[in-house]
Amino acid sequence: MSISNPAAAANAADPLASVDALIEGLGGVGYIASRRIATALYMAVNLQKPILVEGSAGVGKTELALSTAALLGLPLIRMQCYEGLDESKALYEWKYGKQLLYTQILKDRMGEQLADAPTMDAAMDRLHGMGDLFFSEPFLEPRPLMKALREDDGCVLLIDEVDKSDEAFEAFLLEVLSAYQVSVPELGVLKAKTPPLVFLTSNNVRDLGDALKRRCLHLHIPLPEASLEEKIVASRVPGIEAKLTRELVGFVQSLRTMDLRKSPSISETVDWARALVLLHADSLSADLVRDTLNVILKFEQDITAIEPQVVELLHRR
Amino acid sequence: MQHTLEQFFRALRAADVRVSPAEAIDASRAVAVTGFADRALFKDALCATLAKSADEVDRFDSVFETFFAREPVSIPPPSASPQGEPSQEDLAAAESSPLAQAVLTGDNATIQQTMEEAARRAGVAEIRLSTQRSRLTRRLLEEMGLEEIEKIIANARRFPEQQGLAERLDQARRDLFAEAQAYVGRQHDLYAAASAQALREERLARKQLNADGGVDPVDYQLMAALVKKMAKRLAAKYSRRRHVAHKGHLDVRKTLRRSLAYGGVPFDIQFKVKKVDKPSIVAICDVSKSVAAAAQFLLTFLYSLNEVVDRLEAFAFSGRLISVNDILDDHGVEQAIFKVLQEIGFQQTDYGRALQDFSEQHLDTLDRRTTVIILGDGRSNFADPRLDLMREIHDRSRAVIWLNPEPESYWGQGDSVMNRYARFCHVAKQCGTIEQLERIIDDVLRSYVPH
Repeated sequence: MSISNPAAAANAADPLASVDALIEGLGGVGYIASRRIATALYMAVNLQKPILVEGSAGVGKTELALSTAALLGLPLIRMQCYEGLDESKALYEWKYGKQLLYTQILKDRMGEQLADAPTMDAAMDRLHGMGDLFFSEPFLEPRPLMKALREDDGCVLLIDEVDKSDEAFEAFLLEVLSAYQVSVPELGVLKAKTPPLVFLTSNNVRDLGDALKRRCLHLHIPLPEASLEEKIVASRVPGIEAKLTRELVGFVQSLRTMDLRKSPSISETVDWARALVLLHADSLSADLVRDTLNVILKFEQDITAIEPQVVELLHRR
Repeated sequence: MQHTLEQFFRALRAADVRVSPAEAIDASRAVAVTGFADRALFKDALCATLAKSADEVDRFDSVFETFFAREPVSIPPPSASPQGEPSQEDLAAAESSPLAQAVLTGDNATIQQTMEEAARRAGVAEIRLSTQRSRLTRRLLEEMGLEEIEKIIANARRFPEQQGLAERLDQARRDLFAEAQAYVGRQHDLYAAASAQALREERLARKQLNADGGVDPVDYQLMAALVKKMAKRLAAKYSRRRHVAHKGHLDVRKTLRRSLAYGGVPFDIQFKVKKVDKPSIVAICDVSKSVAAAAQFLLTFLYSLNEVVDRLEAFAFSGRLISVNDILDDHGVEQAIFKVLQEIGFQQTDYGRALQDFSEQHLDTLDRRTTVIILGDGRSNFADPRLDLMREIHDRSRAVIWLNPEPESYWGQGDSVMNRYARFCHVAKQCGTIEQLERIIDDVLRSYVPH
C-alpha cells in the first residue's frame, strides 16, 4: 500500500524547518498534532531515529504515520505484526514455486549439460556453477522491511502493533532499526541509501524489551484535551456545527472520567460526530444520545451503566 | 551545559527513569538540534529521547519541573524594602563582597549563578539523607561568601550612619538563608527522596508479617503497593513468551503436509513448537488471626498476576472453608479480607474440617495443570488433620506448595501438624515476609516454562 501526495508536499514550503511548521503541515493533511507529538516527529527526522508510538487504541497512532507520509510525499510501507511473524514474512523470501517451476523446465537442459561430463566430480563442478542462478534477485520476494530499505528516495515505514510480535522478532528488528541494514546470507548486507522514517506502534499488550525501546524515540499519545479534540473533530468531520462539536466533545470528555471498561477514544468521537451529522442533528438531546450510544461505547455493560445517567451527564457541563 | 545535563540524567536515574549512556548521547544530540531558547521544545525533545513509557513520562515531567525550576531565587528588590534604594555610600561600603553587591542591587540572576557555583563546590547534589540538609545549607552559604557579608554587617553596626545598611544586609542574610534552604530541599527531593523510598521498601519487604500486633496500618498501604510492584515485575518477566521453539525436533507430520504445495519436496521444514502453559492456581488461605496479614498479601499478589495466570481460584477458611472468588471480584482485594473475616472469622481453626469441605465441594477445581498454594501455620487445635485428604489433593494436582509464616523449627511443636502435612507437599517453605513470598511465586511461575 502506498500513499503519495505531491500536492501537499509542494504547497508547504518546508514542513521540516521547525516544530511549528510541522504542526501546520500536519494540520494541512488533516492531522491535528499536539506540540509534544510534533516535537517527537521533528526529533525523529533530525536524529534519524525510529519513533515508538504508544497509547490506547484509537488515539491516532497509525494515523500519525499515514499523515506524515502524505505530508512528506513519501511512499508508505506498512507491516502489521502478529504472533508468529518471522523473517520470511517481514524481510524476504525465496520464490519457491518459481524456483521449482524453473528447475522442472530447465531439467532437460541441465541433463544435457551434465550428460557429457566424464566423471561425477566434473558434473558436480558444473552444477556448482549453476546453483546460484536460483538464489539471485529474480527469485527474491521482498517483504515490507526489505522494500523499505530498497526505496532509494526514502519512505515511511510503519511497523504496526509491534507488541503483538514475538520477542525473537523484536531482537531481529534491532539490526534494522539501528543501522538501517539487513544481512541476507545469499546476497550479503543490504543497506538503505536513504534511511526510512520508521514508526513503531504499540498497544501495550506486553512490555517491549529495553533494547528496542532504547533505540527508539518514545512518544506516548494521551487522550486529548477538549480544545484539541474539538479541533480534531472539526478537521475530520467537515460541515459539523461548532455548537454540536462542543457539546459532543464535552460529553465524551465527561464519559472518560467515569469507570468504564473501554473509554471512548478519538476515533470513537469522530465516528460519533459523523453519525450525528448523518442524522442532521444540530445539538445533543438525551434521546439522541441514548439512540447513538453504541457508537461510542463498545461494551454492553458500559452502555447499560451509562444509559440512566445520560441526562445528568448532559447537564453537568 | 553538558554538566547540567549530566546532573539532570542523574536526577532522572534517582527517580527510577532508566537513562543509558546511549540515551544520554541521544539526548545531547537532541539538545544540539533544539537549543535551549524554547523551554517547551527543549523539554519535549528531552522527553522523547529519555522517557520510554507512560509511567516514565510522568516521572520525567516532575523531575524536569523541579530540576529546571524557573527563577528559583526571588529575593525582593531593594525598592521594596523599607529603606528604599541603596545609596552610593552603602554600595561602596559593601564593595568587598560581590554577593553583597548583588543582594543590594537585587540582581537575582547573579545570586542564582553564585548559588549554583557554590552548590557545585559544596557538593550539594551528593545529598543522600534528609539529615544532611542543615549541614549542607550551611556549607552552601559559606561557599557563597556569607562570611564577608557578616563582616560588613559587623563593620556597619559600629557607625551610626550605616545602620540602614546593616539592617538591609541582615534582612538579605535571612532571605539568602531561606533560599539556600529551599535549594538544598529541592536537591534532596531530586536525588535523595527516591533512595530513601527504596530503603524503606527494602525494609518492608523483610518485615515479618505475623509479628505481634500485625502490620502497622502506616506501613500497610506501602506494603500493598510494594506487593503490586513485585507482581508487576514478575508478570513482565513471564508474560513475554507463550511459545518456546524447540529447534532440532523435526515435526514430520507438519513438514509432510507443507511439502504437498511443493510437489512433495520438503522445502518448508517445520519444527516442533512447545506451547507454554499459563499457570492455573488454587489458593487456600487460613485467615485466622496469626496468618490473616500474610493471606491478604498472598491474594493481592496473585490477583495482580492476572496477565500471566490462566485461572485463579481462592478459598479461605478458619473453621469452615468458603470460596472467596465472588468476594474478591465484588469488593477488590483490599476489602476482601475483612468481608471474609465477617463471614467466617472467629471460628476455631480446624484444618481437617477445611480440607473435608474442600474435597467435598471443590475437588473438581484440581487437575494436573493446577498448582495448589496453601497458606497456613498448620496448627489445627489437636483436631484430626485428615492426612488422607491431603494425599488426594497432592495426587490430583501438579504441585502442592505450603507456605507457613512460622519458622521451620516450630513445625511439629505443640498443636502444629505441619511436619506431617509437609510429606504431601512438593514444596513446604517458611513465608514470613513479602520478599520470601515473591521468591516462591517466582519459582511457581518458572516451573511452567519448559527448559
